[in-house]
Amino acid sequence: MKAAIDGFCFSRWWSMVRKEFLQLRRDRVTFAMIVGLPIMQLILFGYAINTDPKHLPTAVVMADDSDLTRSLVSVMEQTGYFQITRTMPDEASAKEALRRGEVQFVLNIPADFTREVLRGHRPAVLLEADASDPSATGNSLAAVPSLVQQVAVRDLKGPYAALAGGQAPFDILPQRLYNPEGLTQVNIVPGLMGVILTMTMVMMTGLAITRERERGTMENLLATPVKPIEVMTGKIVPYIAIGLIQATLILVAALLIFSVPVHGSLTALYAAALIFIAANLSVGITLSSLAQNQLQAVQLAFFYFLPNILLSGFMFPFRGMPGWAQAIGSALPLTHFNRLIRGILLKGNGWGDLWTESWPMLLFAAIVMTVAVKFYRKTLD
Amino acid sequence: MSSDFAIDVRGLNKSFHGRRVVKDVALQVRPGEIFGFLGPNGSGKTTSIRMMCGLLTPDSGEGTCLGYDIVKEAALIKRQVGYMTQKFSYWEDLTIRENLDFIARVYGMNDRREAVDRALEDLGLSARANQLTGSLSGGWKQRLALAACLLHRPKLLLLDEPTAGVDPTARRDFWEELHRLAATGISVLVSTHYMDEAERCHKLAYIAYGKLLANGTAEEIVAAQGLHTWAVRGANLGGLTEALRAKPGVEQTVAFGSAIHASGKDEALLERSLREAASGFQIEPIETGLEDVFIYLMNRSEDNFGGAA
Ligand SMILES: Nc1ncnc2c1ncn2[C@@H]1O[C@H](COP(=O)(O)OP(=O)(O)O)[C@@H](O)[C@H]1O
Ligand SMILES: [Mg+2]
Repeated sequence: MKAAIDGFCFSRWWSMVRKEFLQLRRDRVTFAMIVGLPIMQLILFGYAINTDPKHLPTAVVMADDSDLTRSLVSVMEQTGYFQITRTMPDEASAKEALRRGEVQFVLNIPADFTREVLRGHRPAVLLEADASDPSATGNSLAAVPSLVQQVAVRDLKGPYAALAGGQAPFDILPQRLYNPEGLTQVNIVPGLMGVILTMTMVMMTGLAITRERERGTMENLLATPVKPIEVMTGKIVPYIAIGLIQATLILVAALLIFSVPVHGSLTALYAAALIFIAANLSVGITLSSLAQNQLQAVQLAFFYFLPNILLSGFMFPFRGMPGWAQAIGSALPLTHFNRLIRGILLKGNGWGDLWTESWPMLLFAAIVMTVAVKFYRKTLD
Repeated sequence: MSSDFAIDVRGLNKSFHGRRVVKDVALQVRPGEIFGFLGPNGSGKTTSIRMMCGLLTPDSGEGTCLGYDIVKEAALIKRQVGYMTQKFSYWEDLTIRENLDFIARVYGMNDRREAVDRALEDLGLSARANQLTGSLSGGWKQRLALAACLLHRPKLLLLDEPTAGVDPTARRDFWEELHRLAATGISVLVSTHYMDEAERCHKLAYIAYGKLLANGTAEEIVAAQGLHTWAVRGANLGGLTEALRAKPGVEQTVAFGSAIHASGKDEALLERSLREAASGFQIEPIETGLEDVFIYLMNRSEDNFGGAA
């Protein structure tokens, strides 16, 4: 008799799970969030946020209008990085447009440019760049050196062919491993799965439990024979299901819309996702034990998101971060999940590579869960 | 059972953030008894009730609830107690049936369906069983809450201000129901603010600033204070209160619409003062009522503990 009362009771636990599903079904806002959040983020990060920006607005100051200079401009546009939006009368006004952020680049073609070229004096063309966001201009500038060669080969013909030096123009285009086209989505979209799961799992479990406390229904629950462990685990089951649905949603979008390749094992990917979901749910439960109300739960959740988004290698390359940031990043489950999922999708990793990145996530979940159990209040004290 | 009482607690204490909100509370409730728990807001009623059903751990004190130790056997108490929280605490985004069904499941009832159906029928809510609970009015929510905490057939009901914000007809029905339940042997501890409800309880306790000030039947509580009360009637009672208060022996005046109740412990002194101050008014000695006593207790507790609390 006593054992049955003190121990975990499956039917009581199941009644808790049922209740959560019933409530979730009626919670339109939450439901919208489950589907809307991944879609919104996919659009934002997959399309809008592009770390290899192209068609950057460029102004040209044409002090010398010739076949050669027109050819230079058109070759620049053909790279895809530059889009000539303005032709300016003088350097001062072009500089002003640059300062105001209306253009990203200014191309200054000096007077007598063509004549100087034909005389073999090697004149300079000045390309001014708004480099306040280096990642926006980095790739564009990298493409510039090869332009000169292309123009030379194309336009310096006949008696002037010798000026081109006879050398074949060589490319300095960056070579990208695992992502030959240099598409940012291929890197960003898999990383999004972890970011979205972190947001929904932590936030929703945090809210689900504090909501009971805030509405006073927790008092009712605690007055019944339901055990705290049954309340906790019963409440998170629906969110495991939600997590898997979201993972699938993102995966499908990645494949169909963003043409992210799947080189590795899908089952290994789902296994990784489950471990990652567990780690995040443990964070959600801990937050809800610490938070007094739903607002605090949301604030704590954001407090947790920040290092995750910044230090997990999602936003910035992990190897580019200073040592202390890498140390923090290594403790976060998202860092390991990002490596796992990119490894599986892009590099063709599988079960064999799962463990090296899984144990830090499991360790994290175990530690956080211990904290949660310690702080969980069985009474209203 | 190790005790003849449904509730038998002694020396309960509870502090929040260093402030003692329940001080040495002792209560005994017999089986089949309706026990009224009275006191102003913030006096510690809810906290005391929570300690009795294991929702709060007392800082000190001991006792039993249905024969089980309130600290060590809280899990066993929970199975046999129906606790109705002060604030409505069922799920507003579940339907009426889903709420009852959840409670029945949680208590592991075998005849769950029948129990829920019967509760819905008794409530007269069968037709609205699939309506969301949040759409019910205050009176209906209160009835649902009572039905839900009776579902698992508890032996003891702990009702925390169950009739706050409920209209008079619904309140009367509610008390009829409580008496029916008590007649079947269920014990009821009910906290309330209403005097008329206090008078419908078998026994009463009055708590202020965390301290029990009176305990017993209504007659015992009235008798224990040794108050004598006179009613003063007439036109223009308005200015009279001040004048009466200033007189020796008049410890308390309470305005009751058509009359002022003047009370004091010294009967002779009270009468002399009244005859002096209220000449021209109609005065007569009356029975001291429960309300006079509670007002007296509250004022006195303010003087004694109000500053310290
Ligand atoms: N969980 C809590 N934390 C801090 N203070 C509390 C808590 N619960 C009650 N109190 C305080 O204890 C006092 C008694 O409250 P309560 O028992 O709710 O009184 P009542 O039910 O008689 O109105 C109040 O001053 C209240 O603010
Ligand atoms: Mg209260």
